[in-house]
Amino acid sequence: MSTFQIDFGNAQSTIVGIDLGTTNSLVAVMEPTGPRILSGIVPSVVSVTSDGQVIAGGDARAMLITHPERSVYSVKRLMGRGADDIQDELKLFPFHLADSSESVLRLQLGEKVMTPPEVSAHILRKLKNDAEAELGTPITQAVITVPAYFNDAQRQATKDAGRIAGLEVLRLVNEPTAAALAYGLDKRKEGIVAVYDFGGGTFDISILRLHDGIFEVLATNGDTHLGGDDIDNMLLRIAFEDIQSEWGQDISAKADAVQLLRRAVIEAKEKLSFVPSAVIHFEFGGKSYQREITVDVFNRLIEPIVERTLAPCRACIADAGVKVEDINEVVMVGGSTRIPLVRSAVEKLFRSRPHTELNPDEVVALGAAVQAGVLSGDVQDQLLLDVTPLSLGIETMGGLVSKLIHRNSTIPASASEQFTTAVDGQRNVLIHVIQGERELVKDCRSLARFDLKDLPLMPAGLARIEVRFLIDANGILSVTARDVRTGAEQSIDVKPSYGLSDEQVEAMILESFEKAGADFQERQVREARVEADSMLAAVEKARHDPTYRELTGAERNAIDASIQDLLTVYNGTDHLAIREKLDQLNGATLHLAENMMNTAVRGALKGTKI
Amino acid sequence: MRFYEALGLEPGLMLDAQDLQRRFYERSRQWHPDRRARAGAAEQQKALEMTAVLNDAFRTLRDPVARAGYFLEEHKIVSSKHPPAELLEEVFEMNMALDELRRGDESARPQLIDARDRFVKLLAEIDHGLSALSIQYDKSLRGTPDESLLLAIRGVLDRRQYVSNLIRDVEKELNVHVSN
Repeated sequence: MSTFQIDFGNAQSTIVGIDLGTTNSLVAVMEPTGPRILSGIVPSVVSVTSDGQVIAGGDARAMLITHPERSVYSVKRLMGRGADDIQDELKLFPFHLADSSESVLRLQLGEKVMTPPEVSAHILRKLKNDAEAELGTPITQAVITVPAYFNDAQRQATKDAGRIAGLEVLRLVNEPTAAALAYGLDKRKEGIVAVYDFGGGTFDISILRLHDGIFEVLATNGDTHLGGDDIDNMLLRIAFEDIQSEWGQDISAKADAVQLLRRAVIEAKEKLSFVPSAVIHFEFGGKSYQREITVDVFNRLIEPIVERTLAPCRACIADAGVKVEDINEVVMVGGSTRIPLVRSAVEKLFRSRPHTELNPDEVVALGAAVQAGVLSGDVQDQLLLDVTPLSLGIETMGGLVSKLIHRNSTIPASASEQFTTAVDGQRNVLIHVIQGERELVKDCRSLARFDLKDLPLMPAGLARIEVRFLIDANGILSVTARDVRTGAEQSIDVKPSYGLSDEQVEAMILESFEKAGADFQERQVREARVEADSMLAAVEKARHDPTYRELTGAERNAIDASIQDLLTVYNGTDHLAIREKLDQLNGATLHLAENMMNTAVRGALKGTKI
Repeated sequence: MRFYEALGLEPGLMLDAQDLQRRFYERSRQWHPDRRARAGAAEQQKALEMTAVLNDAFRTLRDPVARAGYFLEEHKIVSSKHPPAELLEEVFEMNMALDELRRGDESARPQLIDARDRFVKLLAEIDHGLSALSIQYDKSLRGTPDESLLLAIRGVLDRRQYVSNLIRDVEKELNVHVSN
């Protein structure tokens, strides 16, 4: 199979671009004509059915109202976070924590317990399956977008989710940067662009310099807990109070009522972007509640939330070292940018009318697909140079932070620091790595503790261990250490402060495969058939190629016989049999493939595009 | 010096900003990990390492102060821990005024604003001096490098660090009390 595919110019499988959003998720793919959204929007909701099946997307969203205790939404808010730092979220979101939540949260969904990366993996798997069904080819590699302001733990959690879903995550791309990429195609060659990304749960602002296909992020800022969700929650609180006084009943503890009301509130909110007034309409337990909200009232209510996005914008402009008037264009991303007040606030701050030509819900996924094209080599003239949103430092004496890599440094970025011992015969040194901008460790986020161990026995201060901190192109940190005197690699133990260990992720991957046992068998067959389909199609197409006529009669007969063999096993349930016949057909068409390849190469050398 | 090597430059204190940017983009296009996503693990690792150094180099060399600091570090010329003697008196007075403001005595504010403005001006003069010395040093590179100039630059950088810390401290205090 592989030989034949090479000849058709797609030696490797398709890389998809995925926008794993707080509210909705999307998958897109790069095609010769440009990026294209596959299938439809998938709501980022996961539910466990009464017979223990996990479902994701639209069906799960329906269950959110009928079985809220078996469903979870906005799980992105929980990625890479610990039980201690989500207390605020718990007040507003009906997340049901299982008892065993330590450095990793565990959610209770019916009788199942899942970590946030596992929940996200179900959404990713749904996207993967949808994409495979539409493209008719197995998908194993993806680019996934994350909020630019995501920290290391949140990025790692997203990557873990991909692995659990059976996807190799080739790159994590920042959402605003992806949006710039989607907009940048065939557009401006030079200039400074700002991307204002206000989504369901997160806010990002990035400022980029465009230069001949290079998208260089100058600075980024944001708030990973600010989005349309906050507007919904505010309207919800108002409705709760109304209902309390009208009905004399507190419904905020009734999960099913809350979900119904939430939906009513969101409907009203969305209407207010287009009409001057909307009604929140809610019926529950035979009672009914209605409240009209005008745009004026709505604007007054949400103004503080919109205002919260402006401080990060100003900081970002300053960090980018540009003036407002240097910014040529502003691009709007995320569903919340449909709100007229948001648009006018952005217009006022940047003193230019923002771009809203692309669907703000789709632009991130489209950009992810472009980046997938960059990674596959299909897109040659574009390159993203992104930055790390948060400074990286280590704890020093007195709980202070010593910064090693400053925020807005282009990634990959690295820094080295030498460590030594404080007392004679000290065998290990503990390094506490932190992310954040504040001066005190307690005000920043703990990333991990690294234990330099088995140091050589020496008097105090003589050991010289050089530790190298490296942030890769995904914004994820790795640490290596070496003994400066001997040059030997120094062993190091990593204890991440939040998130899953490698072993835990491996276990989840295994588990997800076992659980999916029968499912998996079926998938294998389906995938084999998909490959057979594209192989058969390729051969049919090849019959019209001039090189086909150059084959000997025996060769043509062998091909026809192999096709017959393949068709005989095609409808069976043995995927190995299908693959065996596929290999046979592959062998029979080898000569044809080589001839076509040579012709293609000759064409390419003449400058013709294949 | 590997930061200069990473950008294909001869070591020196004066660099052309546009040329630097051009070299950075050119090498990014060649070595960025995105360009090697389908290469083998070894080549991917190499691309990661090379790009990290390239980025570190560009970040350091594009800023004249960071660049001079790196250059001196590579020449093993370490900074002195002593504050500049000629500023001691003024700093002493400023600290008194800062204390007064911290205690809520607003009459100290104009004096502090004056002091800050003087330090900001001084910083500009220091930067001017740095670039004059840098040009002089680069000229000497054509013959025998004048190491004494590097010691002078060390002094300038130390002074600069000291003055910018002062500005930062004053501004912090001025802002805190404005918002109260």
